[in-house]
Amino acid sequence: MREAFIHTKDLCYAYTDENGTRQPVLRGITLDIARGEYVAVLGHNGSGKSTFAKLLNMIIEPESGELVVAGKNLTSEELTEEDFYALRREVGMVFQNPDNQLVATIVEEDVAFGPENLGVPPKEIRARVDAALATVGMTEYARHEPHRLSGGQKQRVAIAGILVMEPTCIILDEATAMLDPAGRKEVIETVEALNREKGITVISITHHMNEAARAERVIVIDDGVVIMDGTPREVFSEPKKLMLAGLDVPQCTSLVHALRAEGVALDGDPVTAEECAELICRALEV
Amino acid sequence: MKNIAFGQYYPARSPLHTMDARMKVVLSVLYIVAAFLCKSAPAYAALLASAVVLLLLSRIPPRIVLRSLRPLFFIMIFTALLNLFFSGGTTVLFSFWRITVYVEGVYSAVFMLVRIVVLIFGTSIFLTYTTTPIELTDAIESLLSPLRILKLPVHEFAMMMSIALRFIPTLMEETSKIMNAQKARGVDFSSGGLIKRAKALVPILIPLIVSSFRRADELAMAMECRCYRGGKGRTKMTVPKLSVLDFVALAFMVAFGGTLLYLNGFRFGL
Repeated sequence: MREAFIHTKDLCYAYTDENGTRQPVLRGITLDIARGEYVAVLGHNGSGKSTFAKLLNMIIEPESGELVVAGKNLTSEELTEEDFYALRREVGMVFQNPDNQLVATIVEEDVAFGPENLGVPPKEIRARVDAALATVGMTEYARHEPHRLSGGQKQRVAIAGILVMEPTCIILDEATAMLDPAGRKEVIETVEALNREKGITVISITHHMNEAARAERVIVIDDGVVIMDGTPREVFSEPKKLMLAGLDVPQCTSLVHALRAEGVALDGDPVTAEECAELICRALEV
Repeated sequence: MKNIAFGQYYPARSPLHTMDARMKVVLSVLYIVAAFLCKSAPAYAALLASAVVLLLLSRIPPRIVLRSLRPLFFIMIFTALLNLFFSGGTTVLFSFWRITVYVEGVYSAVFMLVRIVVLIFGTSIFLTYTTTPIELTDAIESLLSPLRILKLPVHEFAMMMSIALRFIPTLMEETSKIMNAQKARGVDFSSGGLIKRAKALVPILIPLIVSSFRRADELAMAMECRCYRGGKGRTKMTVPKLSVLDFVALAFMVAFGGTLLYLNGFRFGL
């Protein structure tokens, strides 16, 4: 196990609705996420997965339980405002709607927003912005207006806006939900490259099974608790349990399960289309 | 809807684009003053010529700048007609029925047209076409920064302005989406009297306002995630610096004002 980057124990969160009743969202999340891991968090709407993400960089505060991020105990009473900013610099977040997270009217000005807030000297901001735009492949759009970009491009700009603060972890809060398949692919490939090449911890909150299948580890949250936690292969091998959580397995996995139920001898649980095709080919050859 | 001309920056490489935005704000104020200094035909001719020179200097295609006149077309014609028919004078050009048109009226109509066109040209070339909105808000923030002594929230004001500018195209797009959605539900926007049409706007405005609040909430969260905490301790990627070019431009503007005053002395034709 690599060094733990995020550690939670019995993490709970609840909000009070208009009628004054307490609505629990998270009912005791216990997990560890290592530095450099690529984790997908799955769950249907209202399962608490987005709330979990928002706790990780202190947009909201936990009700009870332990929460340690990047070596800082976020439930301690001694946290100062500076600690919040240090944490948010380290744990960046990309949101669902690309339009609602871009602040400036020019791409590079928007990317510069974070380091400007941190008080980084101008020359260094310039260098960092150029590097971040190059990393997400948006250098040629540096002087463009964000509203003229495609959804995928906007999300890449948003990622650059996080990268420029040199984070160790990026959280994607359904960052691909509003994108078309091409845009989704752009964003996922960008994030995967960051995870692979820069060792940035990636936590992807999603309800796209095919996206989750590409992660190293899948955590399924249902009704505020973790119900499954393992490699995509392990998690998708239990379609019934997923179904109960209001989720589907990736199409190829459900195909294999259906074939097996019909008596076709297939072994293994493929999570990608290629693996699935290979498996069926092999079965046909026999 | 994506190509609205309001406040839209036109990227190009020109001396006007490279000038310090603060100087451009000062210059456009001076230019407006200059436009009101004009009193004689030669002065107006010089003013019109200066607008053409500005246009050439900015390297923006003329048709783009001309487009900015279109929304004000009605006001321009209206002002010209008012001046034509209602300014008194001594030399009668012609009269019919109860209307008398004086030569002075023709002059004042033409002058007024020139003044309006030049004002729009000048300010839009200086401010909106060659200056990005963010440069503009930064410039205003910088020019207003002395007011901080009076505890006025200058940074917050500039931030609000730049966010408003950023969201204009987004909200325009949203408006057209909502309009289409309401049209699909049978709302009729284009017929009926004034009151009926105004009422038809309610189903557009309410969803628009609701969604703006949602956007504002999300934006605030995204800004917090990017460590925004007001103007305190904030730096800028591009630090504006006054260059020789800016002072040359200022010298030209002052000289231009002087020339206009001088030309006011020549009053041929009037």
